[in-house]
Parts: sequence; C-alpha cells; structure tokens
Amino acid sequence: MADTAFASVPHEAGSKKPDPILIADGVTRRFGGLTAVNVDHFEVQRNTITALIGPNGAGKSTFFNLLTGFDSAQEGEGQFNGRPLRGMAPAKVARAGMVRTFQLTKALSRMTVIENMRLGAQEQPGENLLRAFAPPLWKAREREITEQAHDLLHRFKLYEKRDDYAGSLSGGQRKLLEMARALMSKPTMVMLDEPMAGVNPALTESLLDHIVELKEDGMTVLFVEHDMHMVRRISDWVVVMAEGKIIAEGPAGTVMSNPAVQDAYLGAHHDTDLSELSELSLEDDA
Amino acid sequence: MDIIFDVLRTAIAPSTAAFALAAIGLNFHFGLTGLLNMGQAGFMLLGMYGFAISIQQGWPIWIAVIVGLIAAAIFAVLLGWPTLKLRGDYLAIVTIAAAEMVRFLGRSQSLKDLTGASSGIRGSDYKAPFEELSPFPDSIVTLGPFSMHGSRSSSWWLTTVTWVLVLLCAGLFWRLANSPWGRVLKGIREDEDAVRSLGKNVYSYKMQALIIGGVIGALGGITWALGNSVQPDSMGRPTTFWLWTLLLLGGAATVFGPLLGSILFWSSLTLVKSLASAFIPSDVLAPTELEPFSLVLVGVTLMLLVVFRPQGVLGNKKELAF
Ligand SMILES: Nc1ncnc2c1ncn2[C@@H]1O[C@H](COP(=O)(O)OP(=O)(O)OP(=O)(O)O)[C@@H](O)[C@H]1O
Ligand SMILES: [Mg+2]
Repeated sequence: MADTAFASVPHEAGSKKPDPILIADGVTRRFGGLTAVNVDHFEVQRNTITALIGPNGAGKSTFFNLLTGFDSAQEGEGQFNGRPLRGMAPAKVARAGMVRTFQLTKALSRMTVIENMRLGAQEQPGENLLRAFAPPLWKAREREITEQAHDLLHRFKLYEKRDDYAGSLSGGQRKLLEMARALMSKPTMVMLDEPMAGVNPALTESLLDHIVELKEDGMTVLFVEHDMHMVRRISDWVVVMAEGKIIAEGPAGTVMSNPAVQDAYLGAHHDTDLSELSELSLEDDA
Repeated sequence: MDIIFDVLRTAIAPSTAAFALAAIGLNFHFGLTGLLNMGQAGFMLLGMYGFAISIQQGWPIWIAVIVGLIAAAIFAVLLGWPTLKLRGDYLAIVTIAAAEMVRFLGRSQSLKDLTGASSGIRGSDYKAPFEELSPFPDSIVTLGPFSMHGSRSSSWWLTTVTWVLVLLCAGLFWRLANSPWGRVLKGIREDEDAVRSLGKNVYSYKMQALIIGGVIGALGGITWALGNSVQPDSMGRPTTFWLWTLLLLGGAATVFGPLLGSILFWSSLTLVKSLASAFIPSDVLAPTELEPFSLVLVGVTLMLLVVFRPQGVLGNKKELAF
C-alpha cells in the first residue's frame, strides 16, 4: 500500500515529507503537571492516508484537538495548506478545508439524519439570517446539498434512516453519520478520530474502500485507529505516538517492528493483543 | 356561563397576546438555540421603558417603538458578549441577575424623573399616541359576550394589533426555524462543538438568536404596557417563570406552542380563580388568597403535564421534551 511519495522519506520520527499539507512544530500541551502532547515536528504528506497510532492516553486525541483549534497549545506552531494555524478558531479551520470527527461521537440527536448531513455542507447562502427570509435564494443550493447527502448516505448505508432522528441510531451508525457529515463539506483534509470503533466488520471493509476513494479524489486523510488490520490495509504511512511524543514513523509493514514502538505498547499496556504486533513484525521479516 | 365568558375574555386579552409574544422570543432562545435566558422579563421591561419614556419626550410613536426594541437589542449584546463563549449555565446566571438589575434601576429614586421610580409610569402618560391611531370607535363596543372599549387601553384596537403581531412573529419563527439558518441554531442546541467542527461561527449565531428573541420579548413588553401601565415590579422573576412555564406547556420549538401555551395558562388561571370564588365560601378562602391559590393549582396541573406529556401540548417528544 506504500505510496511513491514516501520513497525518499526516512523512516524516523518527525521526518520531512516532500509535499506536506499539515505541519506541526514544537507543539506542547500540558494539563497541570501532565504533558499530554509534546511533538517536536510532524508533517502529513498531501493526498495520502496517514495513520496515527499509539497506546491509550498517548495524546492522539489531544493532538487532534490542537491541530483543529478545539484546544490551544502552550507552545508551538502549526500550518495547514500554507496557512498558520495558531489561534485559528475551530470553525475557521474547518472552513479552510480541514474537517474532523470526534472520538466520542457528536451526532445531533434531536435532528434527523438528513438534517445532520445538510448542516455539514458549506456555502449555503440560507445560513445567513437575512437571506434565510428569501427561500428562492437558497432552495437551489439546498437541493444540491440534499442530493449530495443522499449519495453519501447510500454509501454509508444510512439512506433508509434519513428521516429518523439521529438520537435513535446505534453507536456504530452514529460514527458513520458523523463521518459522512464531515464529508459533506468536501474538505481537502479529513481528520478521523477512531472512525471504525464499533462499526461492523462487513461495513468496515466497504468504508475502507471509500476512504481509499477519497484519496484517489485528491483528499488527505489522517486517522487515529487502534485496529492494526485497518491501519495496515489502507494507510500509506504510520505515525506512532506514546506519552505525548512521536516515537516512530514509517510504512505500516515496518513501523511495528521498531523496538521503541514495541516497548511503548508492551510497556504501557501489558494486555495489548501481542499476536497482532508479532504478526506485523513477522510479515516484516518475511 | 359567566365563568366560560370570563375564560374566553382572558384567552383573547391583549395581555395574553403580549405574553405569547415574549414566549415566542424565548422560543428563539431556548426552543431553537438551547440558550437558557432566565431574564426575559428584563427584555420586556426595557421595551416598556424605552417606549413609554420616548413618548413622554414627545417623540413619534414609531420612534418610541424602535427605541424600546433597540434597548433590548443592546441589552442582548451586553449579556451575550461575555457569556455566549462560555457554557450555557453562565448565560442563565447572568440573565437572571441582569433582569433584576433592570428592575432595580427602574425602581431607583435617582431616575425618578424618567421612570417614576417604584410607582412606575401611568398608562395615561404614554398611551394616547397609540390610541389615536385606532380606527375603532371611541366607546364601548360589544360583540356577543365580549365587551371592550373600542380604542382605550385594553381595547379592541389593542387586541387586534397584539394578535396580529403574535401571528407575524409566529410566522417569522416558522420561516427562520425552517431555513438553513434555523438548522444551524438547532445544531448548536444539540452540540456546539459538532457545529464548530462543521465550520459555522457558533458565537455569532448564538448572538443573533439572543438579539432576535430579546427584541421580540421587548415587543411583548410594549404591547403589555399598552394594556396596563409601566410597573417595574410587574415584570419580576415570576414573569420570566411564567413565560418558561407557558412555553413548555404549549411546546418548545414549535410555531404555535407559545400562543397556545399563553392562552391555556392564563385561561386556566382565570378558570380556577372563578370556580374557587364561586364555590369555595369566603371564610375558607379569603378573596385575597384566591390568586395565590389558583397559581398553586395551576402549578400542580403543570407538574402533572410535565410528568405525562413532557413535550408540551404541541411538541414533538423526539425533538424537545423537558
Ligand atoms: N481536558 C483534559 N484535562 C486533563 N487531562 C487531559 C485532558 N484531555 C486529555 N488529558 C490527558 O492527556 C492524555 C492524553 O489524552 P488523549 O485523549 O489525547 O489520549 P489518546 O491518545 O487519544 O487516547 P485513546 O487512544 O484512549 O483515545 C491523557 O493522559 C489524558 O488523561
Ligand atoms: Mg483518543
């Protein structure tokens, strides 16, 4: 699954990429005495699928929050598509083309599935108070949005549910809805925090295919995931975080055999499924 | 029969319409956006003062109305500016305190020349310009069981104007709630962070909702004053409390909920009062105890409603229940 873009990129933490869309530099976030994130340098190559993995509490979600403006770092700079991220409000980050989902799903429960989806779209003139009074100004765009939403809902197997309240969906369906909603804005980069947690395996397969299609359409994907099979199946590049730091980078095949990574997983979590890790390193040896 | 007519008279009274207006404003705040405005009475009071004082200055009536509405808009900005970035409870605390401050300011002796301090402003000091606009006769007009003055105070004229305003504001609510703008507000009601992650400026939307709802509240205050008088203590915490009650009773987030809620609330109050005075001997319940007694009874009825129909009469249980 390796992408040619990474041919010349060294397999080491904080390595530079030929065409980075997202850059973070010296980012530190402390909660009281705890340093949750302490990233020296981090780059995401444009138009690739990058996985961010690491044990629980490694700081992955916090790092996502910092990059998307939902939390602010005590130190450090970020850059998205050439624009500085420092102090940028979350809504601005999203409008700049970097849209995220949350680990703890945020479905808008007392709105229908289709309304959830429509809310994800950009450039709806009717979202302006004065224009809202004149439907002719926004009905046409509304139809476009609805059509796009139906397409995505078909793909995410939620079409039949479109008129149900989001609160009545199952946990896995909410995850799907949130991801589909994020795609409504046609972002240049999506940041998915554990998108497949709780989604049934059969659907996971088709969604993975969909994520790969997103990349083929020119999108950049950064996702957090604990499921190694999924990471291996779609990611071009894997970044490993532990205790707030990036400790290793590389293609999925090799990164898990890195001793620092194995230490991080085994040291922090003795209950990690070891067979998965050794499976990965075996594959590597072969 | 008399009791039924009493109830019907209350149902169509201008004061009932004025409360419906203020509740429509609250519906923009709470029903649509999830904002906990605990000081809607403050917005009403500002509308009343703005209007009555402007008339006393000799300004034309339309300017007086605008002054009242702008006062409420400024109040909304002042309250929203520090609190809308914070969690919802801060707005609740600030609005409850600010509404009380408006009332105390109205009562204070230092502004006596403008506000009349605790005795307020007499209706006759500001009602004339509105009453002069009346196309109805300047005498009592009887229509079936309803007998009201054509133009003065709680008149046919005021009844017509206030209910037309109620319908207009309900129409405004319908239009906006069913637009993409309203969709963003509903999203904010559900989860602000999700809406932020979708690229919407949550703060600005919340501010818009707070202003619109507050201005409609002020309109309710002005119409209320046209049927009564400007009295700071008539718009205290109980008023806000009643507004919440009747909004939830009718059904939050619905177009006609505030209307129906106001009619039901005030009518049932009249009904209970009339029945109590007709059937309970005055040595058991003195006339002065009638009002508190009816409020208690209405309160109990509402509690039952909350238990058995939490979404209100018109509400959709899946969308908004309390
Ligand atoms: N708001 C907060 N206040 C205090 N500590 C926090 C806060 N948010 C995160 N932390 C701490 O920061 C560390 C990193 O948390 P984070 O949620 O980023 O981990 P994660 O890598 O996403 O883990 P998981 O895989 O379990 O989702 C944890 O030790 C956590 O306790
Ligand atoms: Mg996490």
